[in-house]
Amino acid sequence: MLDTPIVHFDNVVKRFGSFTAVEKADFQIARGEFLAIMGSSGCGKTTTLRMLAGLEDPTEGSILLDGEQINGKPTWERDTPMVWQSLALFPFLTVQENVEFSLKMRKVPKAERRERARKWLDRLDILEFADRNISQLSGGQRQRVALARSLVTEPKILLLDEPLSALDAHLKVRMQSVLSSLQKDLGITFVYVTHSMSEAFSMADRVVIMSRGKIEQIGTPEEIYREPHNRFVADFLGSSNVFSGRLASDGSSVWTVKAEHAAFTVKAPAELQRAPGANVAFAVSSENMSLAPAGASCTGNCVEAVVVGGEFAGASATVFLETDQGQELKVQKGHDELKSVDIRAGQKLLVHWLPEHCHVLPGE
Amino acid sequence: MTGNRNPLIDGLLKLHIALCLIFIFAPIAGSFVFSLNSDRFPSLPLGSFSTEWYRLIWEDPLVWAGFFNTLLVGACVAAIATLLGFGGAYTDFRYKFFGKTAYLALALLPPTIPVVIMGLAMLAFLSRVSLSGNVVSVIIAHGVMCSPFAMAIIRLRLSQMDPDLEAAAWNLGGNEWVTMRHVIIPFTKPAIYAALFITMAVSFDEFAVAWFVSGLNETLPVKVLGFLQGQVSPRINAIGSLAFVSSISFIVIAQLLMRNPDTKTP
Repeated sequence: MLDTPIVHFDNVVKRFGSFTAVEKADFQIARGEFLAIMGSSGCGKTTTLRMLAGLEDPTEGSILLDGEQINGKPTWERDTPMVWQSLALFPFLTVQENVEFSLKMRKVPKAERRERARKWLDRLDILEFADRNISQLSGGQRQRVALARSLVTEPKILLLDEPLSALDAHLKVRMQSVLSSLQKDLGITFVYVTHSMSEAFSMADRVVIMSRGKIEQIGTPEEIYREPHNRFVADFLGSSNVFSGRLASDGSSVWTVKAEHAAFTVKAPAELQRAPGANVAFAVSSENMSLAPAGASCTGNCVEAVVVGGEFAGASATVFLETDQGQELKVQKGHDELKSVDIRAGQKLLVHWLPEHCHVLPGE
Repeated sequence: MTGNRNPLIDGLLKLHIALCLIFIFAPIAGSFVFSLNSDRFPSLPLGSFSTEWYRLIWEDPLVWAGFFNTLLVGACVAAIATLLGFGGAYTDFRYKFFGKTAYLALALLPPTIPVVIMGLAMLAFLSRVSLSGNVVSVIIAHGVMCSPFAMAIIRLRLSQMDPDLEAAAWNLGGNEWVTMRHVIIPFTKPAIYAALFITMAVSFDEFAVAWFVSGLNETLPVKVLGFLQGQVSPRINAIGSLAFVSSISFIVIAQLLMRNPDTKTP
């Protein structure tokens, strides 16, 4: 039983009229896992979560919770509590009554209700506010009430729909660590919907990236970061430069890819076969690219580009360049490494990188 | 005061408000004064102070009968209209369906129908189904007229509710009925009370429709007309003053309840 995934989306499709919100979602969520579903607004991530909560019904396919098919089972009969983006706390109840709510719905006796609610309020450091009204709390305190209210039944799975989006940056980071440690201590499954890459990548064990109703990639943050599946994921992460061209020769260790700019030498992917002449796209992380003055001798792959701008924040700087073919490139370097080149706008520079830093996108 | 305000215009506007209020309330105040005047006819100079007219209506069984009819009708109408209004408002809040605009227009229509037409139509219909001429017929007619007011008040409150609140309650294990009881009704409670008082006040004062359908079971406003047709008596002033005080109390209570409780300081 412990080996079965807690959630299984089996080819789930959701349509609203002629609009397809979720297209063939097919994935599993492991027991005790912190899974983030990430994508821009309208990508279907919230609909996916709402289907799991029982607030929407799938048009096709089935959803299994703990091995049991739950299509059509009303949300009040599932134990899938959700933390809402708006928090949806009951304004006419006190903090304590809010937390007791789901126990009251389950007809738990009053004394036990009170005790269990107070235990969770204590655990989330808001016991002192138990008798306050919701309107008297700050944003961060309300957040904790919402968490306590969902966790009080000690569910196997907790659904979170952009719960931190209303908080300011400082509080967001605090709550992220509260959530992470809570999930580790409790060992329950968290499904966390967000549009923020930093939230998803810093907390989740695995991330699902969605776009226009489709799942683009599922993997650990590291896998996704190092080996984006396709151009969408690479662009979405925003830290890579993508080149495309045709496969000219497929050696055992390196491929030669002919692009508009030049022929590039690319590390051959281990588990991918392409015929010569096929379209190939590869990504190069902006941290793995280097800059040299134009006309410098070239090692590995080189492209000439003109500086169009830069961003200097924190420990590293990002330089934006444009090639003769009009492709935008991004190079991220420490300040020391940039000292040797002139990065004023309009300067022509040589951008170079090594074949082993090229990751062929298997989904292109 | 800031320099942006012209004291002359300011003064004129205040005068305008004062005149409007005098125009509205002078007749009512006059009725008050004459109800406590010993003279038989409302004329100046005033006679001596007297509670004679209040004593007379106190001792008049017809006035009491009318008052009890009004009270009974008002209480029933308030309950029925608020229930119907709540249903209408919740339907609007919760569901999307084809023809919703038409549904809303129809539900909010009754107050726009001229009362004489409404009264005649009610009389024609209720006598056809053998319900005219008794207290029930007044309750039905007033229920129709008052539910749109209740619906408007409760709709306003529901529109202030976080749309996720209901779904959150379902998600926490409450089915639709339990959620109605534990979330929707507590949230709309101030509006429900306000609707009860307003519909009661509307029913209390309503004359035209009640005149058509009440038959022998007259409500107080209908009874007052009966008095006026027979003889001009200062008792009318006394009844009018009492009716005004009770109606305005209902309205004031309703207004107090309708203040947004979320913004109230604890």
